[in-house]
Amino acid sequence: MENYLIAMAVSAGLYALMALGLNVIWGMAGQVNLGLVGFFAVGAYVSALLTLKLGAPIAAGVVAGALAAAAVGAVVSLVTARLRGDYLAIVTLGFAETIRIVASNEIWLTNGTDGLSGIPGPFRAALTPEQFNLFYLCLVAALVIVVFALIDRLAHAPFGRVLRAIRDDEQATAVAGKYPLAFKVKAFAFGSAALGLSGALYAHYTSYIAPDLFLPLLTLYIKLALLAGGVGNNRGAVLGAVVVVTFLESTRFLVPLIPGLSHVQGAALREFIISAALIVTLRLRPQGLLPEARMHPVLEKEK
Amino acid sequence: MVTEILQLLLNGAMAGTILAVPAIGLTVIFAVLRFANFAVASHATIGAFAGYVANVSFGLPVLPAIVVAFLVAGLVGLATDELILKPFRAAGFITTAIGSIALTIGLENVVRFAFGNDLRGYDLPLMRDWRFAGLRVGPQQVENLAIALAAMAAIFAFLAFTRAGKAMRAVADNPTLAGIKGINDKTIARTVSFVGMGLAGLGGMLLGLDTTIDPLTGFRAILSIFAAAVVGGLGSVPGAVVGALVIGIGEEMSLVILSPNYRSAVGFLAILAVLTIRPRGILGQRAY
Repeated sequence: MENYLIAMAVSAGLYALMALGLNVIWGMAGQVNLGLVGFFAVGAYVSALLTLKLGAPIAAGVVAGALAAAAVGAVVSLVTARLRGDYLAIVTLGFAETIRIVASNEIWLTNGTDGLSGIPGPFRAALTPEQFNLFYLCLVAALVIVVFALIDRLAHAPFGRVLRAIRDDEQATAVAGKYPLAFKVKAFAFGSAALGLSGALYAHYTSYIAPDLFLPLLTLYIKLALLAGGVGNNRGAVLGAVVVVTFLESTRFLVPLIPGLSHVQGAALREFIISAALIVTLRLRPQGLLPEARMHPVLEKEK
Repeated sequence: MVTEILQLLLNGAMAGTILAVPAIGLTVIFAVLRFANFAVASHATIGAFAGYVANVSFGLPVLPAIVVAFLVAGLVGLATDELILKPFRAAGFITTAIGSIALTIGLENVVRFAFGNDLRGYDLPLMRDWRFAGLRVGPQQVENLAIALAAMAAIFAFLAFTRAGKAMRAVADNPTLAGIKGINDKTIARTVSFVGMGLAGLGGMLLGLDTTIDPLTGFRAILSIFAAAVVGGLGSVPGAVVGALVIGIGEEMSLVILSPNYRSAVGFLAILAVLTIRPRGILGQRAY
């Protein structure tokens, strides 16, 4: 049970990293990204492949995973820079699906749908599984704190102010002498780095990744986390991640209590409950539990 | 080699014609309601399963079953839009698009709950493929093609000649002006949800007639459907047809140089290419 709770806390930490990344892209810079899981997958695969195939140290793999996700994020953001929001939604969603297709088919590299197993974890050999879980929790928690501090610093720095200005009125920001594209690309890359970092940490924690783990549902979880916590608010992102993981895990326990459900029906019911929760959250409390300090234009008023 | 390429062209043109049906559904909804409705995926699945129940459980032939697919998906589309998506529209297109993704996953799981994850096939008479000049065509494919063409002809006639169709085009063109002329935008929104999602359901069943269906039938096609609509120009009905042919033929022709598994990546590449070179699509509206 303790192990389970620790594993839950680790996944809450990984979700928090992703929600923080999304907060930079969407909450602060106001850019739509429905392909979060794609950047998560890039981080996971790059780090796993570097450590497995080239024998790179885990820390180097994780850093490379985050950097690769940032680079991909910068490219996606540059390519889509001129697109309106609904087109951006389609392109980013398509991007994540394409990453998954590539991961399923480049068998020589990624082992296809069978996935990569035996990904090394830090000190996994030296520690008992319980100790490893606990160690990893501390590692993830420390990284959440570091990323949180960085992004919060960023939010209060002139850079963050410009991002929010672009989100609220891009034209006015450009007139004020800031070049919106450069800021948007940086924000996208920075947020993607957090997503990639989370993916890399996930790979080294579970020691196994496969294309089927990177489904659009994960993107929805992160959206739900940020929406529940409060878009534009970093504390909200972390809180939302904890709320969502608790909620997801509680459905895991509650659904089997309903008698007469097959395994598939149980899984279907869980996903149904989760999507319903997202709809209800969007509808009733779009500002989240911890709203950004003022009115939130991304949700209140869109172009 | 020439025959093979001709065969791929033929297959692509047929696949594209079928793809045009849900792509038109998506594009009319976009034209009137102004948001990218990802719920097209689940409605295609719902149509496919409604047609399956009519065809396999009730023993109806393909033609009446496909009418059932249209009606059931259309009614579900009408109900879910009224109850779930409509309130989001005031909050903006991105909130609505996210809401429609949540809706599509919710509905997909309703289907999964009822039918499970197994692959299912329609009850179709077995027929030998026709051959001419070295090319191969299945009679069922020809029937699907005919159904898709008939559905498209019906939607074009609806938009061109009926009062409701003209009103829909007026709202798509200029909602304010349409309102001044006394067109009830609520009625138009309901009509377009019913027709658009009905077409998605019909398209879902057509896609399934060729192979098998499962709860992910619609979701697997969503990238191609969006690609067709975006390549042709979101909001343009003739554009959706042109775009669907481009994507259908492109996906088949990609088999010459790519592994079949990369078929669905073709749609994504086509979206990127079109949005970079000609952001309004081949026949449609501006993307930015």
